Amino acid sequence: MTDSPPLPPRRPTRLPSSLAARVLKAVLLILLAGGLLVAGSTLYNGRLAARQSYDRILLGAAQDIAGSIRIQNGRPLVDLPVSAFELLAQAPDDRIHYSVRGPRGRLITGLDETDIAPPARRSGGVAPEFFDARLNGEPARFVRVTRRFAERDFSGGISVTVGQTLRARQAMAVGLTLDTVLPMLLAGLALLVMSWIVIRSALRPLEALSEDLAGRDPYDLTPVPTEGLPRELTVMLEAMNRFMGRLDRQMEGMRHLISDAAHQLRTPVAAIRVQAEAMQDQPDAGLRERALTRLLARTRSLGTLLDQLLSRALVSHRTESAPRAPLDLREVALEVVERGDHELLAPAAELRLEIGEDPVMVRADAFSVGEAAKNLLVNALKHGQTPIAIGAERRGSEAALWVMDAGPGPAPEIAARLGQRFERSATSREDSAGLGLAIVASVATAFGGRVALEYPGQGFRIALLLPAAPDDAEVS
Amino acid sequence: MTERADRSLPCSPRPDAPRDRPIKRPDKGPDKGPKTMSHIMIRHLPALLLALLCPLAAAAQEGVASFGEGDTEITLRSTTDIAIIRPLIERFTATNPDLSVHYEQWGSNNLFTNSRAACDGRAEPADALLSSGAHQMLWLVNAACARPYRSPATEALPEQRRWRDELWGITEEPAVIIYNTEALDAEDVPRTRFALLDLMRKKPELLRSRIATYDIEDSGLGYLFAHADSLEATTFGAMLEAFSRIGAIATCCSLSIIEGVSEGRYYIAYNVLGSYAEARAAENVGIILPEDYTLMMTRSFVIPRNAPHPEAAQRLLDFLLSPPAQEMLRELGLIAASDPAETSLLPSARRLISLSPPLLLALDRSTRERLFRLWDEAFSADAG
Repeated sequence: MTDSPPLPPRRPTRLPSSLAARVLKAVLLILLAGGLLVAGSTLYNGRLAARQSYDRILLGAAQDIAGSIRIQNGRPLVDLPVSAFELLAQAPDDRIHYSVRGPRGRLITGLDETDIAPPARRSGGVAPEFFDARLNGEPARFVRVTRRFAERDFSGGISVTVGQTLRARQAMAVGLTLDTVLPMLLAGLALLVMSWIVIRSALRPLEALSEDLAGRDPYDLTPVPTEGLPRELTVMLEAMNRFMGRLDRQMEGMRHLISDAAHQLRTPVAAIRVQAEAMQDQPDAGLRERALTRLLARTRSLGTLLDQLLSRALVSHRTESAPRAPLDLREVALEVVERGDHELLAPAAELRLEIGEDPVMVRADAFSVGEAAKNLLVNALKHGQTPIAIGAERRGSEAALWVMDAGPGPAPEIAARLGQRFERSATSREDSAGLGLAIVASVATAFGGRVALEYPGQGFRIALLLPAAPDDAEVS
Repeated sequence: MTERADRSLPCSPRPDAPRDRPIKRPDKGPDKGPKTMSHIMIRHLPALLLALLCPLAAAAQEGVASFGEGDTEITLRSTTDIAIIRPLIERFTATNPDLSVHYEQWGSNNLFTNSRAACDGRAEPADALLSSGAHQMLWLVNAACARPYRSPATEALPEQRRWRDELWGITEEPAVIIYNTEALDAEDVPRTRFALLDLMRKKPELLRSRIATYDIEDSGLGYLFAHADSLEATTFGAMLEAFSRIGAIATCCSLSIIEGVSEGRYYIAYNVLGSYAEARAAENVGIILPEDYTLMMTRSFVIPRNAPHPEAAQRLLDFLLSPPAQEMLRELGLIAASDPAETSLLPSARRLISLSPPLLLALDRSTRERLFRLWDEAFSADAG
């Protein structure tokens, strides 16, 4: 992470679309779709409303005219009321048509001779009939009202047809639509602006974060603070922090390995060189023989040291990277005993294996735990007193892998410092690197356990305690 | 020529008559003297005579004039007297040198008949119409015989003076009462219709056969005023009754009425076109804008649907509505002052005959029949 080139402080011109742009695009799409939907429905409703209201005007005018018809001497007379025309003038710019026709379509009065009739005339219907037709080449709306007379000297229906072009209706429909759509448009704009602001403020922590990361020292692997950040971001940051922590520990391990190697190897190598030089100048074969023996011991000790260093490095690497598998601690103890390293180190020592019937399951890396067990045993062989016992057992929610010897154990002030890396007791022999307990301690930490020093009466017991896995886990 | 300004013709058909009735008025028609009751009773006889006398081929227009020398000649058919409008048209051709104007003066009823025929393609269409018969022009627009046009000038017109962007009112002219100042005492001068009615009741003998008004059957404008009166107030019935009682004269033509008042043949004339009264009246003719209400007529401009030169006609319209032209019209008396201080007329008493659909009622067959019946009853009942 820190090795990647630092992020640019501001988003460059050609970056994949930003979150803000995406959200805005979605908002815009929603608004557009909603706006179109609402505009369409308002236009429809507006047309309906305009049609209804102007149809009423038309009907009112027609009925006004129909009401003015009277029969005089057997002849229908129409006393056209000006109010009918004033009603029609509610649509100020529309052409009008009217005609009053007697039986058999005879024109009683009208603007001109043209006969505009409903498409399918229902015979005998008295209800007003609305219909669409053309008036002088312009689409128009008409109503026909029929009034029936049954007078002594006149009998039959007189129809009144009134029509009007559609300008006012269209203007009203458009007006209604605009009245709805314009505020909606404003609201949409306001929504856009608001969502822009909201997105900006929501993304501000992200910007601050990227600026923080960009400004970081390449070797700074300390966690990024997550206080006060949105939850979504915290989840991501915690994952990142865990990752950085692992990276940090690995780097730490490498640094330790290097510094341990430098520290631990310098002295023995120097000693070997001094002894070899001394042997070169030694004329006395007997003395040379002794020197050679010492040299051999030193070389062996150096080998052990190297093993331990590598083992520790390996453990510290594996605890970070190896997958955790179900592991039976009894098998670890058994394997350490069967490998028989103790027979090389201390052939005289008596070693007992104390394990029970039930599996002692943990979830851990078998190699690391094996290394820890080996080091515990080697420590006991080196510093403790025989007889030595190794065992595994379940202690409540913990599983223990322990080594016990008959000696008094380390002095309390030494015990307090056990497990630190360069611990070497003042009395320790040359090949005791003190690394052993450090390995155990780091295994314990890696798998969420701990190291316990116990004094159960006769002897000293040191135990690696790990969280127990459920019993029914398979024994591999 | 001028004395025939804006009158309808005695031998023109009634507007509701079949439109192709071939009655045309010759320039030398019989003397159209005042129509008394007896005249009216035999109204159809002169019509028949005229039908025989009028050559069928005679041009329906009463006068023709040409203005300007531009290449594009537009035909303007108008009811306005050439002599009165001449300066305005001259001004137009002077400012538009590419245009010339062929001006035809028509009677309003004839012009209507001709325009309907032109709309159906049965006559040569004009480029523009300017008629005092606003109801007739409105009919043309309603029948889709007009061409729409919008410009800042037309949009500046008040609502009442335009319809559908196809009909525009160019002028505002009042219908007035004129009287002979020598024949009437100052206290008798009727300022309102009520005063006129009272006067007719109080002094019937003084006014017998001394009151004149348009014959609505001959004059489209007279009909329009009578129609507007009949809608405006109940006084119309009382007025007709009083006219009938004192034997009022229904006659023709603004100018002959004005001359008659000036000469003392009539003492009072009702519903005379104020613009002509103003322009022609002698000193002894007084003009009254009735204070109860004064009808205002607007000359209507229409561009026919099939006009050969619509763009030129639009330029003419814009010119007529332009401030200089309106100012000229004001000077010519064709636009009445609207300032109350100038006219003593309250704005609320102005009744502009609005260019809107209700005006179509004026052309309704049954409405016309009713009005004519009332009129005939009034002017024939008390014959003698």
